[in-house]
Amino acid sequence: MPEKVIESFDVKRLDILDEAGNADDSLMPTLSGDDIRKIYELLVFSRTFDQRALSLQREGRIGTYAPILGQEASQIGSAFALEKTDWVFPSFRENGVYIAVGQPPYKILQYWSGDERGLRTSPDLNIFPVCIPVASHLPHAAGAAMAAKYRGDKVGVLAYFGDGGTSEGDFHEGMNFAGVFKLPMVFVCQNNQWAISVPREKQTAAKTLAQKAISYGFEGVQVDGNDVFAVYKATKDALDRAKQGGGPTLIECFTYRMSDHTTADDATRYRTKEEVDAWKARDPIMRMKLFMEKKGLWTDGYQKEVEARAKASVDEAEKKAESVEPPDPRDMFTYTYGALTQRQKKEMRDF
Amino acid sequence: MAQLNMVQAINLALKEEMGRDKEVVVLGEDVGMDGGVFRITEGLLAAFGPERVMDTPLAESGIIGTAIGMAVYGLKPIAEVQFFGFIYPAVNQIANHASRIRSRSRGRYTCPLVIRTPYGAGIKAPEHHSESCEAIFCHMPGIKVVMPASPYYAKGLLLSAVRDPDPVLFLESTRLYRLMREDVPEGDYTVPLEKARIVQEGQEVTVISWGYMLQRSLQAVEGFDAEVIDLMTINPFDEETIIASVKKTGRAVIVSESPKVGGFASEIAAFIAEEAMLSLKAPIVRVTSYDVVLPLPKLEDRYLPTVEKIRKGIGEVLKY
Repeated sequence: MPEKVIESFDVKRLDILDEAGNADDSLMPTLSGDDIRKIYELLVFSRTFDQRALSLQREGRIGTYAPILGQEASQIGSAFALEKTDWVFPSFRENGVYIAVGQPPYKILQYWSGDERGLRTSPDLNIFPVCIPVASHLPHAAGAAMAAKYRGDKVGVLAYFGDGGTSEGDFHEGMNFAGVFKLPMVFVCQNNQWAISVPREKQTAAKTLAQKAISYGFEGVQVDGNDVFAVYKATKDALDRAKQGGGPTLIECFTYRMSDHTTADDATRYRTKEEVDAWKARDPIMRMKLFMEKKGLWTDGYQKEVEARAKASVDEAEKKAESVEPPDPRDMFTYTYGALTQRQKKEMRDF
Repeated sequence: MAQLNMVQAINLALKEEMGRDKEVVVLGEDVGMDGGVFRITEGLLAAFGPERVMDTPLAESGIIGTAIGMAVYGLKPIAEVQFFGFIYPAVNQIANHASRIRSRSRGRYTCPLVIRTPYGAGIKAPEHHSESCEAIFCHMPGIKVVMPASPYYAKGLLLSAVRDPDPVLFLESTRLYRLMREDVPEGDYTVPLEKARIVQEGQEVTVISWGYMLQRSLQAVEGFDAEVIDLMTINPFDEETIIASVKKTGRAVIVSESPKVGGFASEIAAFIAEEAMLSLKAPIVRVTSYDVVLPLPKLEDRYLPTVEKIRKGIGEVLKY
């Protein structure tokens, strides 16, 4: 008997806004002028915040920090598609996401300065604390989606991770549960090409990360991760589909980590200046500026005003983060269990 | 009152609690159609449906990881790991997440999760099906480790575990599953966590044990004036009950089926030495399994502490 093709698959790629600021109108998502300005302001704010956090680290005022430079569009574009009731499971480099959903920026600085209180997210936000063990939060996101589905809550669950994360077992287990239980989930992979020093080609022999969804029975799409409109559209469509019972989606945001892995890393040890320079031309914020200028949404005056507002907010966040009372050592005990154990009551007498 | 074995007692606890509380869901490998490989979850699928009794993919980290997500969302999941020896892929989830989320989120998120898993040797099971590695999980502040020693206590402790606001690892001795029956009431009763119980009072020696080894210890103390303590919650453990007893008897024997080095018997022994050394009349004795790789069934009877070995331990301390 002849061999037959029993299944075949396509992997789609979405680009809307090019480097010169031209948008493909046929693909352009519905966004008002106010929406576009809001997105732009979030992009500028998250970059301003990131630069400040780096300076504070260099001055010894916060601890090790994971910068987001270059990935702003992937983070703001996807987070902008969220509704307040959706649940978000970030990895450790999602400062832009936290900012976009409304976590107070001083808390982000508080966390990176070594204070757990910065991980306590606002009660009106369904966002999880930072997850450092790579991809281990993806099953949590799937579990939250299972719970939402069980309760009949019409919410989507968005989980963030990187290219390195796709090598972890928990990535596969989270994706597999999402497929099997047809969960209302969106997996956003920020493929920034480097997992510390290991390039994307050494994580997997697959040509794209998007195609990994195929083996779990749902759709994966690659988008230009430096194109905020493409990221927004892919995420919005995926969240809408998820909430209507259409199951999960994997979105590979093809982007680049312009900075070091963290402030404890030196990327010049393993990658070339030429590679980094080539990505500079694809900057996510520059192309938005060009687009807005063409549409009459951007002026020099507007830029100055946006930058001034961003600086003022970051100043305030920095001041607030540095003026909070030091943590109470008794909190170590208070939050281990719902109630103190016999042993903890004795140990606590040290404080 | 019905005489139930431990399988029936745990099954009854699950059924009753799921009937009372819609937030309780069960998930794991083969827990639905098959009712679990030990039949602990038998009848739950028929009674509560596939939305609440979930046969999952074969992936321990995925099972515990999704259960954490459900718990944080507000459900009360009861996840089954098919055998304790298969829990290792999920240790990352337990150590890094289940135990820490309350602290990491400063109380914003909690994890009311129960992980049930059969442990222990003595039923001629294949390799990796007989481990007793509870001590590993006692080194993870933020989770509780519970090991019932009989059907009545299994039901009451499980109900407390499900209602506890923190993650509980609930370890069920495979040897105990069908070894004995006792009166187990229908309806709601709980046995508190973090409390030990004095199974029998005595004056000359305190014997401390948990899980299946408690039953062997009870056989071993015949003829001795021994006080026997069932620890029930291994960690955080009931220090007050232990100290009060040891101060009274002046002698302590700790019986556990784990290897000796780094086992939880060692923690209890160190604790007694710190807190009650001056009340002791004899060295503390740990009666444990050997520090060897757990053997296949042909040698498992030689591996586990026998009644004779426990009696010998008690005899040692009574020489002083």
